[in-house]
Amino acid sequence: MNKILTKKNIAALLLIVAIYAVLLTCDSMGLFNRQTKALLVPIGINIMLAVSLNLMVGFLGELSLGHAGFMSVGAYAGCIFTIHAEMPMWLELPLAMLLGGVVAGVFGLLIGIPALRLRGDYLAIVTLAFGEIIRAVLNNVSLVGGAGGLNGIPKYSNYTIVYVMAVITIIIIANLVKSRHGRAICSIRDNIIASEAMGIPVVKYKLMAFIVAAFFAGIAGVLYGHNLGILKPSTFDFNKSIEILVMVVMGGMGSLPGSIIAAFLITVLPEALRSLQDYRMLIYAVVLIAMMLLNNNARFNEFKQRIFSKKATRQGANLTKEGK
Amino acid sequence: MKINEVVSLEFLAQMINGLSLGSIYALIALGYTMVYGICKMLNFAHGDVIMVGAYMLSVAMGMLGLPPVLAILLSMVVCACLGVTIERIAYKPLRNASPLAVLITAIGVSYFLQSSALLIFGSTQRKVESAINVSSVQLGELTIGGNALVTLLLTIVLMTGLTWFINHTMTGKAMLAVSEDKGAAQLMGVNVNRTIATTFLIGSALAAVAGVLFISSYGFVGPYTGAMPGIKAFVAAVLGGIGSVPGAMLGGILLGLIESLSKAYISTQLADAIVFGVLIVVLLVKPTGLLGKKRTEKV
Repeated sequence: MNKILTKKNIAALLLIVAIYAVLLTCDSMGLFNRQTKALLVPIGINIMLAVSLNLMVGFLGELSLGHAGFMSVGAYAGCIFTIHAEMPMWLELPLAMLLGGVVAGVFGLLIGIPALRLRGDYLAIVTLAFGEIIRAVLNNVSLVGGAGGLNGIPKYSNYTIVYVMAVITIIIIANLVKSRHGRAICSIRDNIIASEAMGIPVVKYKLMAFIVAAFFAGIAGVLYGHNLGILKPSTFDFNKSIEILVMVVMGGMGSLPGSIIAAFLITVLPEALRSLQDYRMLIYAVVLIAMMLLNNNARFNEFKQRIFSKKATRQGANLTKEGK
Repeated sequence: MKINEVVSLEFLAQMINGLSLGSIYALIALGYTMVYGICKMLNFAHGDVIMVGAYMLSVAMGMLGLPPVLAILLSMVVCACLGVTIERIAYKPLRNASPLAVLITAIGVSYFLQSSALLIFGSTQRKVESAINVSSVQLGELTIGGNALVTLLLTIVLMTGLTWFINHTMTGKAMLAVSEDKGAAQLMGVNVNRTIATTFLIGSALAAVAGVLFISSYGFVGPYTGAMPGIKAFVAAVLGGIGSVPGAMLGGILLGLIESLSKAYISTQLADAIVFGVLIVVLLVKPTGLLGKKRTEKV
């Protein structure tokens, strides 16, 4: 019934291998300078974050302003594990990722439960409050380093591991979304009352989306900690959550390739603009506003429709419909 | 007996602290809640308007040498103009867009204001002399600071004025009508665009006052000064029921009280966590905030 070796899957596999091969050859030929190489891991981590948040915002349709909170919980859990466990790296890191993911998933469940009672903006505020509580608590628990941060995390993350994890995340979430469960999640977004009437267990699927999204955010956090070697509560603030949300919205809600591209661009852009120093944030802000205005400009959308093919037009129309 | 007196005196002092902090939150929260009521949008840039207000005060008093009252008025005018301009340029074209697009735009505006302030005034925090020169008042053994006194009085005046304005003037009634149903209000001859602009004008002017009061007790202003009071005021608005004007006042005052009491009696560092925790608990019990309207959903 389920064919694994379809044309599409083989093409995807080839693409995954090809991208990695390109990365590897570029690296071995010394085409990356240190700065570029240092960007590879954050790009992968941000892709994981954006894709997982897209499940919550784009597919389930619940706005979350606390994704960095899940990331930080996972990061601390996984990194404390590797600091104290005396195991070889190949055993330690996967276990840490699993632990970080599971702990973040538990928090996803904790936040998912109030989400069942709240709608829209109220839920957004609860997720925001959750992120801030996590940060305030981490700041004050001396066991995890407090405001000074958690030091001495072994630097295990490299681009191979992050690449593999990002690919796994994308595959799992893409398949989840395409599956029966994913369609149920999308139906909750489109009309919760209708989907409830159709017999879809809304509670189960809402919680599922929250837990899965938090799980992958947690894993991304673990990789983040093992990349920098230090975790500070202040990195996981409101602005980090917003940054991930911007990736999702810019890439297009409910579009996984969009999230991947946007995550890539938003990670690379600030580095590319580094020479502009203080003007960097100003330009970022202006680009952000301009993108949003342009995306909702009727004339620009008409122009876009004329350029792209019919198929793309139809997709665009669907997306704007979903946006509303 | 003695110990009791000391404790209750300290408690009273903390209550007054909380009330004055809470009234600042309430003033900011009013801007959030009015804009939300009318446009159904979360205006994340509102917190940074406070920062602009505080900077304007420091410029007007420090560089132009204006007297405090004029400086406050100038800062209100500048912020009001800023609010209306932001609405016109960034939010008006998005009036029929998805709420999330508007949210991201508001965040963009917030970043824009912060980085502009960073470029103009630099990243170091500036010291601002207090605009309030009122000596403290002695009530028995209790001393009420001049700042707290002025903050409380000013907030009471502004809130009474705003409530009167909304309920008794044509513009105020138009605001209520637009928040109830934009389309129907337009059919009844309400100028929706002008009403929305007025809302932003009033909200931003109130934010300027809040900024002045906040900075008068805090003493320093930097590009990111507005962020945390902004988020807290936002929480206050949600706590009271976003979209409800009395709710914002109640939410703001409650939040200030909770914050200052938990700072005094529980833990300074965990005060923020407690504030946000209270919000979550309240929303679990009353999903639309304390005074929020419960909307029945039609199928």
